Amino acid sequence: MEMTKPTAKEDTTLLDELAQKEFNRRKFLRFSSLIGVSAVALSGAGLSGCYRDNMLTGGGDNNSVNLGSGDIGVLNYAYALEQLEAAFYTQVIATPFSGISALESEYLKDIRDHEIAHREFFKAALGSNAIPGLQVDFSSINFSSRDSVLGTAKAFEDLGVAAYNGAGRLLTSTDYLTLAGKIVSVEARHAALIRDLISNGSFADLASLSSMGANNANGLDAAMNPPDVLAIASAYVKTQIDASNLPK
Amino acid sequence: MNLKNILNEIETVDPEVYERLDTRRDTMRRFSFIGKALALAAVPSALGSMFKKAYGQTASDVTDVLLFAYLLENLEAEFYKKVVSSFTAIGVLAGAPQAALTVIRDHEVAHVAFLKTVLNSMGTTPPTYSASSFDFSGAKGAGNGPFAAAFSNYGVMLAVAQTFEDTGVRAYKGQAPRLINNKTVLTAALQIHSVEARHASHIRQMRRNLTSGNLVPSGVTLQPWITLAQSGIDTGNASANAAIQMSYAGEDATTQANVNIVNIGGQTIAASEASEAFDEPLTKAQITAIVNPFIV
Repeated sequence: MEMTKPTAKEDTTLLDELAQKEFNRRKFLRFSSLIGVSAVALSGAGLSGCYRDNMLTGGGDNNSVNLGSGDIGVLNYAYALEQLEAAFYTQVIATPFSGISALESEYLKDIRDHEIAHREFFKAALGSNAIPGLQVDFSSINFSSRDSVLGTAKAFEDLGVAAYNGAGRLLTSTDYLTLAGKIVSVEARHAALIRDLISNGSFADLASLSSMGANNANGLDAAMNPPDVLAIASAYVKTQIDASNLPK
Repeated sequence: MNLKNILNEIETVDPEVYERLDTRRDTMRRFSFIGKALALAAVPSALGSMFKKAYGQTASDVTDVLLFAYLLENLEAEFYKKVVSSFTAIGVLAGAPQAALTVIRDHEVAHVAFLKTVLNSMGTTPPTYSASSFDFSGAKGAGNGPFAAAFSNYGVMLAVAQTFEDTGVRAYKGQAPRLINNKTVLTAALQIHSVEARHASHIRQMRRNLTSGNLVPSGVTLQPWITLAQSGIDTGNASANAAIQMSYAGEDATTQANVNIVNIGGQTIAASEASEAFDEPLTKAQITAIVNPFIV
């Protein structure tokens, strides 16, 4: 390891770094065109990396992502939802609503950490098959309002439970099914807690979830198909999510 | 390891193997896919699940899971039926506590009826269970087990409820893979599974609000989710505590599919939150060992 001579990196200014990034980006674009990649998606954070061309849609749409097919597609679907949840709770903790109690703060921090763990797990497990980071749109949420934050949290958690419950049947690998099962019950624990914070005793109000496929008479929780879940989630995601290759 | 050779070998022994699976092409596709998607370490378990799919998963597998779930739901339903009829003796306050336990009772009774309908539709008549089928003291009918005060002591009742709910979640999670070829039953099982998790979350919040001396160990703050392998229950009796701990064994896992969740991706994720973020399954044998003391 070179210890004495100052390296080029140490001399690099922020502008130099930006220039370097721009150079890499142009090089990447040139390379991409060479191998026939028709579009490059850029996330809000800048160049998000090189991913397979089948993750991108054609027509030069640079803000669209295809989840893919088979089990990988289903896992990317879960990854997309976990990205949404993690981003939401990260914001909730960064800008706590007015009058937040110590208990609420403790619970919401835990939930944030769980969702980040889920997101990072999918990212690591999917590796090069992972979709890029999604751009979220939380403009409809008032993060300073308890009602707005907890109402959104409830919607996200119930939706997450319904999504996992509905997607289990789409998986062909028992290993992936077990992994999804390990996560969905934690989402259900979150959903129950958030509901109780809003109205104590509403933790498993299945009648209120009937539009999401719950059956109160049989004691069954919600279950929804990916297109229906994504239609609801799309209000909070700028990136277009193409689920057309998912198993039906 | 040459998967193609292994499949060729199987084919010579069992020419119909691909009828049991999805066709040769799909099987090969799935294996190449697993090889690419996850570490090679996943291949042996993938092979195992393929054999299970080809030779282990039959209609009777589904019936077996449903009968097992039916027993567990009866256990829960009879427990909460007795709780609801013993509110005064237990000292459950009117209002939110009584309402919550009644909601849970209704769900467990609904699960029993639903599973019975499903079993009947598959041509199976499940055994008949009643209150006398179970001993909620945990003494296999002797009535003098460590939870003998379940219907006269609020703390003991909630401790039993928490264990039943957390165990129920782990039981469905462990059995779900056996249902992978029956999409309808699998989805229904998942829909019950998450309801049990909602119950667990609420019961744990009720236990968090307990005053001291209600079986909550000192220094432990109950969460709606399971922290490491903490039961959050201390009966003061070592053998009873050991029995309860079986419901939480392995919940301290902080690695999933060979991925370490602690500080994953450069994020600050402590071991406690890493364990909370994933609930773990239990096998049928493990669940049976847990519930046996409650079955007459």
